[in-house]
Amino acid sequence: MSDILTTDNISVAFGGVSALSGVSVEVREGEILSIIGPNGAGKTTFFNAVTGTFPPSAGRVFLEGKEITGKKPHEVARLGLARSFQNLKPFAEMTLLENVLIGRESHAVTGMLATLLRTRAFAADEERQQQKARELLAFVGLERRQESLARNLTYGERKMLEIARALALEPRVLLLDEPVAGMNPTETGFVMELVRKIRTQGITVVMIEHDMRMVMGISDRIYVLDHGELIASGLPHEVRANHRVIEAYLGGGKHAPTH
Amino acid sequence: MSGRRLTHDLFFYLGMLLIFLPFMGGKVAYLPVVFAAVWGLGRFVRFAGENRGIVRFREGVVTAVAERQRLAIALILAVAVGLPFVSSNYLIEVLTSALLYAILASALNITVGLTGVLVLGFIGFYAVGAYTTGILTAKFALCNFWVALPLSGLAAMLCGILLGIPALRLKGDYLAVVTLGFGEIVRIFLTNLDRLTGGPNGILGIKRPSLGPFTIDQPREFYWFALAVLALVVLAVARLVNSRYGRAWIAIRENEMAAAALGIDVFRKHLLSFSLSAFFAGIAGSLFAVKQGFISPDSFTFYESVLVLCMVVLGGIGNVTGAVTGAFLLIVLPEFLREFAMYRMLVFGAVMVAFMVFRPHGLLGSRLIAREAVDREDAGAA
Repeated sequence: MSDILTTDNISVAFGGVSALSGVSVEVREGEILSIIGPNGAGKTTFFNAVTGTFPPSAGRVFLEGKEITGKKPHEVARLGLARSFQNLKPFAEMTLLENVLIGRESHAVTGMLATLLRTRAFAADEERQQQKARELLAFVGLERRQESLARNLTYGERKMLEIARALALEPRVLLLDEPVAGMNPTETGFVMELVRKIRTQGITVVMIEHDMRMVMGISDRIYVLDHGELIASGLPHEVRANHRVIEAYLGGGKHAPTH
Repeated sequence: MSGRRLTHDLFFYLGMLLIFLPFMGGKVAYLPVVFAAVWGLGRFVRFAGENRGIVRFREGVVTAVAERQRLAIALILAVAVGLPFVSSNYLIEVLTSALLYAILASALNITVGLTGVLVLGFIGFYAVGAYTTGILTAKFALCNFWVALPLSGLAAMLCGILLGIPALRLKGDYLAVVTLGFGEIVRIFLTNLDRLTGGPNGILGIKRPSLGPFTIDQPREFYWFALAVLALVVLAVARLVNSRYGRAWIAIRENEMAAAALGIDVFRKHLLSFSLSAFFAGIAGSLFAVKQGFISPDSFTFYESVLVLCMVVLGGIGNVTGAVTGAFLLIVLPEFLREFAMYRMLVFGAVMVAFMVFRPHGLLGSRLIAREAVDREDAGAA
């Protein structure tokens, strides 16, 4: 398998404070990769650096062999790297369908004149995008709520909406920031199933997650970050047994991370 | 909870008092009556807000109107077209000016309402449009109105783009201050560029437009002309709102970071909304120039910018029909309050405060109300 997303020694510093130092990661095409680590380890900073939200201060990022270091977030998104946010950011005053349609923006083709004149091409394009958006809402189990405002969703539903919205971009790689944080076991099971289905569609998934049942259950490989540095990587059972990981989580105890 | 309610109440009574005070005409004896009226109104507002029947009724009306949109629009248009037949020339003048402000408010709504960018010097674009028409048709008499009209829009749009490219890199309040500066710069330029703009004396003798043998001369004819332009502008804005452009603007307003993460070029969409706003404002300015026949820098003060902004806020931020409603309220109502001219600004202020406290989504939050109703029924069914 070839690498679809790689970082070469990326570092991020906020005014002298180093949040990420020299992290090199290779994401293989078609895998489910988890990034774990204690709070403040730099996991979300890593996502921000890769997607251009806060460009890395050193190092380089490659997507499908092309360098994307320092590109703007919308350019990175259009190149096929979609993300969800840990602190949910739904478009609260828009309906679910409209939320997902925003993700379709980069696939829409009608221009301003066609929009103003309501040409047949406009109607066809709009219908095509809405059809796709409805499919995605159905995929995450929200089709019944498509006309509701996003602000009236429950916490779990918002998380699902974020995933549907990111998928609307038709990305090559999907970055999920804590997709099951705060969810109950039933919901977690649903998301696990969902992530597996996303992978079968040929989308590579990179996720940050604390829920070890989920991480150990579906990850092909795991990277562990601590204090902005990569301290371990490998298959789930290798990482579980790694003494540096146990130390990072439990401060030198003898128990493996369970949650 | 109760603390919040108390401040709510205080705001309400204070605002209402400010509104009623001018009507007392200095007679202290009326004070108890005013207090009683304010108290009663407060009780009623609370009752209306809590009574399920009334809330449902309001939602029902809004939903019904939203469902019969075409009928509602046809009715409003019919009334608007027929109005001049039953109005005095004076009233027609007032209504025409309301129409121009409605175009301005609809234009400003694109940036302030939809994209969430606060623009404080919006009248600058209006001025650019008006002066472009004035200079082209009267001062140097280079072309007729029908050529000058689109050119005025384009001139304002160009200003919008030139201002937007550096300014839109700023955020929030900083951007607002830059646009405030723009409005003032335009006015000062107009006052001092004597050769081009006639300085403080302005430009005289701008002719009413003519179309072949017809001249749009009578107040009534000009009213219809302005109405037609407004209808076109509102149609254009409404169509943009219900398309990927409008969705992208609203998404940026709701959350810029998420919009960017979904592949939306925030800067370009900002610039697009900004320049479109400016274009429509320029068109309105051109109409203003031919309506008045005379323009001077005095017509384009900061006060006008604030007035247009008030219209957008009053009608409901991001609401297409709301901006038009706001414009009519703020232009036509004060005409009925002529005797209280002194207090007008006071009342304005009080009304704005009251609106921000009680109806932050403006007079017509129709879309939101209708959606809320749908959601509640969903929840009930589940």
